[in-house]
Amino acid sequence: MKKLKDPKLFVQAAPFLQQGLTTPKAMRDVIYALIPITLASIWFFGLSVLLVLMASIAGAVITDWMFSKNGSESLLDGSAVLTGLLLGLTLPPNLPLWMAFIGSVVGIGLGKTIWGGLGNNLFNPALVGRAFLLANFPNAMTTWAPGGGGLFHIYPSNFAWPFMQTTVDAVTTATPLGLMKFQQEETPLLDLIIGTTTGSFGETCGLLIILGGIYMILRRSIDWRIPVAILGTVIIFTGLLFIADSTYYPNPLFSIFSGGLLLGTFFMATDPVTSPMTPKGTWIFGIGIGIIVILIRVFGGFPEGMMYAILLMNATVPLIERYTQPRAFGHGGTAK
Amino acid sequence: MIPLPTFKRRFAHGIHPDELTEQTVHLPIQRVPFVSNYVLPLGQHLGAPARPTVKTGERVQRGQLIAEPGAFVSTTLHSPVTGVVRAIAPRRYPNGKLQQAIEIEADPYATQRLEAKPSIDWASLSGDEFINHIQQAGIVGMGGAAFPTHVKYALPDGMHIKHLVINGAECEPYLTNDHRLMLERPDAVLQGVEIARQKLDAEQVTIGVEINKADAIDILEKKIKHLKYQHIKVIPLRVKYPQGAEKMLIQSLFGIEVPVGQLPRDVGITVNNVGTIVAIADYFNTGLPLIERIVTVSGPGVEKPANLIVPLGTPVREVLRFCGGLKQTTREVIMGGPMMGMPIASLDVPILKGSSGIIAFTAEQTAKPKEYPCIHCGRCAEACPHFLNPSRLARLSKVSRYEEMAQFHAMECVECGACTFSCPSGIPIVQLIKVGKTEIRKTGALSK
Repeated sequence: MKKLKDPKLFVQAAPFLQQGLTTPKAMRDVIYALIPITLASIWFFGLSVLLVLMASIAGAVITDWMFSKNGSESLLDGSAVLTGLLLGLTLPPNLPLWMAFIGSVVGIGLGKTIWGGLGNNLFNPALVGRAFLLANFPNAMTTWAPGGGGLFHIYPSNFAWPFMQTTVDAVTTATPLGLMKFQQEETPLLDLIIGTTTGSFGETCGLLIILGGIYMILRRSIDWRIPVAILGTVIIFTGLLFIADSTYYPNPLFSIFSGGLLLGTFFMATDPVTSPMTPKGTWIFGIGIGIIVILIRVFGGFPEGMMYAILLMNATVPLIERYTQPRAFGHGGTAK
Repeated sequence: MIPLPTFKRRFAHGIHPDELTEQTVHLPIQRVPFVSNYVLPLGQHLGAPARPTVKTGERVQRGQLIAEPGAFVSTTLHSPVTGVVRAIAPRRYPNGKLQQAIEIEADPYATQRLEAKPSIDWASLSGDEFINHIQQAGIVGMGGAAFPTHVKYALPDGMHIKHLVINGAECEPYLTNDHRLMLERPDAVLQGVEIARQKLDAEQVTIGVEINKADAIDILEKKIKHLKYQHIKVIPLRVKYPQGAEKMLIQSLFGIEVPVGQLPRDVGITVNNVGTIVAIADYFNTGLPLIERIVTVSGPGVEKPANLIVPLGTPVREVLRFCGGLKQTTREVIMGGPMMGMPIASLDVPILKGSSGIIAFTAEQTAKPKEYPCIHCGRCAEACPHFLNPSRLARLSKVSRYEEMAQFHAMECVECGACTFSCPSGIPIVQLIKVGKTEIRKTGALSK
């Protein structure tokens, strides 16, 4: 009988099987879902979009690389690119590039690395960056240049020098939410769905955002409960207001498709790190965002409130999780 | 036509690994030839180790008692071959530690034929006699845990078992031994069921089988119809891991959760694996104690996968040799299933009563994924059949906060590995929880 030659055997602990999804793959899925939205923004607002995105992604990646323990390793998970991309998509196309860069530096620096890096942050880093920009450069962040300048259009204000007076573009317009808030003027729904309006360039095309969201839900990259909870709450809340006084309050569909609501719903509120882990908790989280965003939009001083709604609910996540821990098996109740 | 499992017939959470049974599911059970040396560790079942009743140099017959139970929760060992006891000494156990074992050298000239014994009239046995017989036969749970079966039949006074459940779920990927057993020996399954049911005085019997074993369900149902058994039902279950875990199976079949800290018998249910039930039937028919078991040899590292009847104590090396050996690309050999099994470092460890499979993996399967930080995606919590929060437990384990782990029900973890399977960040969650559980047991932090 021939002697069986033993291969060198490894000893690792069970289990020995793994499903295929990895964190970088999940991050990449989100980035893929954002690509059509990015391309549409370039189509509507021109090359400026690309420049702003490059600035914000560069800021995010460089900061993440500088502050992470193991240098370039941290970049492989794709989370920094995603933060930069998401932040960029919430900016006006005519924003000076240095501001986009600084926004990302702050977003990653104060929103992520200071907490201990990926997985430990309380607030969505992209929104921290955006909140910082809005607080410090309110003018630049709310000066909305119209689109339609052609594919190769570049806004001169993109190249403003840091801390110099922003070169104000000759023509500016108000966003649909601004028009609604301050002039009681409703933008046609079709424009909102397709994206031929002004605003932060990534949030204008509602249709592509929804398609991206559906893609991520089908790929199980995001929790479906959060978008359902937010959109459901917004529809019910604004629907009640609309029924109460349809001449003053916008209709529910306008509320959904205007501003950053869809982008925030599908791409920011669903960030697993900053949303609750428990199923019950995700419902509370989504409903909370839906209520706060409408409160700010309708009764507050700002035309848009998605960013604050998400950041406020981010802060409640540890509390929500604490009170929605699953009941361990066999502890009371024979339900299910 | 098999009725589809209803939406309700399932346990909550769990995972859906690939079944990976295609290598062996069609292969009839074969017997491996006798080899020269057998090693029988004394503590291969749960509970107290067995005590040897033979001495070095003593001649033993195939099926002869060689070790008696060390306590009530313990069982016997029998010689798998006719031969000579070569040693009673520490031998390598599959987990890598040394354990006291009986080593038997087979007699090359012995026929190894079992002498015909009259079948045992089980119907006339009293409850205690029956329990004693099962213990004397050395029968343990064949699903992998190797819990002495007679203990399940020893009920406290006044306790009544309403339901006998036969576990044919076989939810671990790769394994097909229970499937083949139900397919090839349905009569033995049903006979064992009748013995167990009458001895337990149970009213109903439910055989839970996952629908990926439709042929087994079919054949069992035909036999039951033929025998006109009204009280035995075969229930098809959706495929899901870990459905073969006792409490999960009960939840799937009856929709009830066995309260924490209690046993199935506290809710009037006893669960036996199909392998165990057939071992009972064989014992009462032929007087054959547990001296062999069915092992699935599979995985990408095996030349010729097979379902085999293997005498207990056969070295894994000899079993693999019968299967054409290992491919040189093999990197890991698992005893048991790929979700809960035990990796072995040496091929010279023996097949035990609880060894349901030998799975050989190549580099492709053994590469552990790169570990990323936890991103709170909640997939582990969605997978955990005991509704724990594995991510939190793993994090607490990493920073040695074992007392907090105990507060978060760490001790209720059944170590099924569904959390690690589902983690996209490649965190060894169940492994960390196991570390924590060991520490909790050491310090006694369990005390509420």
